[in-house]
Amino acid sequence: MDSSRRRVLQLFGISSLALMTRPVYNALATEKHAQKAKEQMIRGDKALTAKQWAMVIDTRQFESAEDMEPLIEACNKIHNIPHFENQRHEIKWLWEDHYHNVFPGKGARFLSEAVESRPFLVLCNHCENPPCVRACPTQATFKRASDGIVLMDFHRCIGCRFCMAACPFGARSFNWRDPRPFIKETDPKFPTRTKGVVEKCNFCAERLAEGKLPACVEAAEGKLAFGDLYDPDSEVRELIKTNYTIRRKQELGTEPCVYYIV
Amino acid sequence: MLELALKGTKRYYGWMTFLVVIIGIGFLIYLKQLDFGLGITGMSRDVSWGFYIANFTFLVGVAAGGVMVVLPYYLHDYKAFGRVTILGEFLAIASVVMCLLFIIVDLGQPMRIFNVWIYPTFHSVLFWDTIVLNGYLFLNLIIGWNVLEAERNNVHYQAWLKPLIYLSIPWAVSIHTVTAYLFCGLPGRGFWLTAILAPRFLASAFAAGPSLLILLCLIIRRVTNFDPGREQIQSLAKIVAYAICINVFFFLCEVFVVFYSNIPEHMDHLKYLFVGLHGKTAYVPWMWASFSLMAVGIILTVTPITRKNEGVLAVACTVIFLGTWIDKGLGMIAGGFTPSPLHHVNEYIPTLPEIVIALAVWATGFFILTVLFKIAVGVKEEVQ
Repeated sequence: MDSSRRRVLQLFGISSLALMTRPVYNALATEKHAQKAKEQMIRGDKALTAKQWAMVIDTRQFESAEDMEPLIEACNKIHNIPHFENQRHEIKWLWEDHYHNVFPGKGARFLSEAVESRPFLVLCNHCENPPCVRACPTQATFKRASDGIVLMDFHRCIGCRFCMAACPFGARSFNWRDPRPFIKETDPKFPTRTKGVVEKCNFCAERLAEGKLPACVEAAEGKLAFGDLYDPDSEVRELIKTNYTIRRKQELGTEPCVYYIV
Repeated sequence: MLELALKGTKRYYGWMTFLVVIIGIGFLIYLKQLDFGLGITGMSRDVSWGFYIANFTFLVGVAAGGVMVVLPYYLHDYKAFGRVTILGEFLAIASVVMCLLFIIVDLGQPMRIFNVWIYPTFHSVLFWDTIVLNGYLFLNLIIGWNVLEAERNNVHYQAWLKPLIYLSIPWAVSIHTVTAYLFCGLPGRGFWLTAILAPRFLASAFAAGPSLLILLCLIIRRVTNFDPGREQIQSLAKIVAYAICINVFFFLCEVFVVFYSNIPEHMDHLKYLFVGLHGKTAYVPWMWASFSLMAVGIILTVTPITRKNEGVLAVACTVIFLGTWIDKGLGMIAGGFTPSPLHHVNEYIPTLPEIVIALAVWATGFFILTVLFKIAVGVKEEVQ
């Protein structure tokens, strides 16, 4: 072939021009002919809605760890939460701890014996100003605008664990290894997770969508209340109004949505 | 210029082979980590960042430390540093590469890393950290390479480089500031929640980076025909002296505020690190060693007789590098996570696989550093 270098360069130039025409053509074509599908979220007829979901825990009604077991068990079961012997790998959505761990810095010197011995339920606070959402670099964790639940997209999470450092409540767990072999009985209605992603309590968003209350609330038989914080007639508002309630680390300004009657 | 890195002595090839072996072993263990998950490390639900992020934080400092030769040369026209600016820039490149590798090995789902740019999130400090780190990497690559090539061809470097050089100076400060902001903007982590964190990071950076550079200059003088120069090393030593003093001063400011205010949330972390908490004391000897090393470093670099003796200076730089590494590479991260938000003390001890992977990242950095320094020194020898 004669003057091959020039010829090759010309070919390259023409082919790259040809490649560029396709997106232009597509852009013009879609304008008139193609119909764009609009993304939309459809809510079921029975779905429970709120401006900001909140929980009130009546801690007076829990005397021992046994009282909490059914709640934690219900949560673990429907969310496919694995059980690890190795404490470093553990995954917790809903668990119990002592008063001075749940409310560090809030304990009186000679605390009432009942409060000292009573277990306290701990879970994600679904804060109104969640620091975890601020920290996440991919919006894999986000605050759902429709009802204020702080949710996780397990498929977007890159596993950087910035949210775990940001959460002042230790509410988040990381899958240090494949959790699936450690799930007692897999519930096909909720996704299992892969190694390398973060997870936490989701206020049972999947149950609310079907018109059911969170599993722990259902199992608590009245010891937990759940409702809309911004509905003045809701049960949670009534309880907050008529009882003295405290929240965890309220001074940090995250506005936790889990209230405790002590 | 890359060809300069291909011709070397037996010792050069021996060193590179040694590094490749470590990288290879580390890579195999990383494959194991990819398969099993980060559970092969010592990290836990309570201490969710460990050795990787700690080394990352320290190396961001080493990278930023490179600016300590760039700034006097380009802003103050301190001619002597002209001989070593390229070394500072190339050290920054190797360090930033190590930083990026440490981030990658720390990710639970590394194959999703580009989600950070597919879904850019401006309220996340981590997003900005990827921007400033990659930006700093490219700035130093472009500047270092072009200035060195111009030197080799005996011409002045291109005029368009000048604005980039000026930009690289505040950019160096930005990488360590943004990295400090990763930690100090988090509510409920009393150890990091302090405005002095970014300045403290910078001070320790400007001590650790130039310390390493002095050691590297001394090695270069010994193994090549290029002498970075006595005056240059002495000037760097003064920078180290100031920076390490400021670093310890900032730390003492923190200690005062924490203990005089007597707020438990802030005290508990320092107590854990320096005297132990709830009977857990793994970090206590390390932290005291760290500050003893820095104290020795201060004495040796501030005193003129010891600073001017290059043998002693080498010791001083080694202890300062080690001291700042323990402070930032061990205590800073583990200390921030212990006690946990629920006030439990679960100690973090890195595991062997974790340490080997970290060593392999360091080896990768030193491989890149050796190649770059070989080129730089090769050019310097040519033009001498």
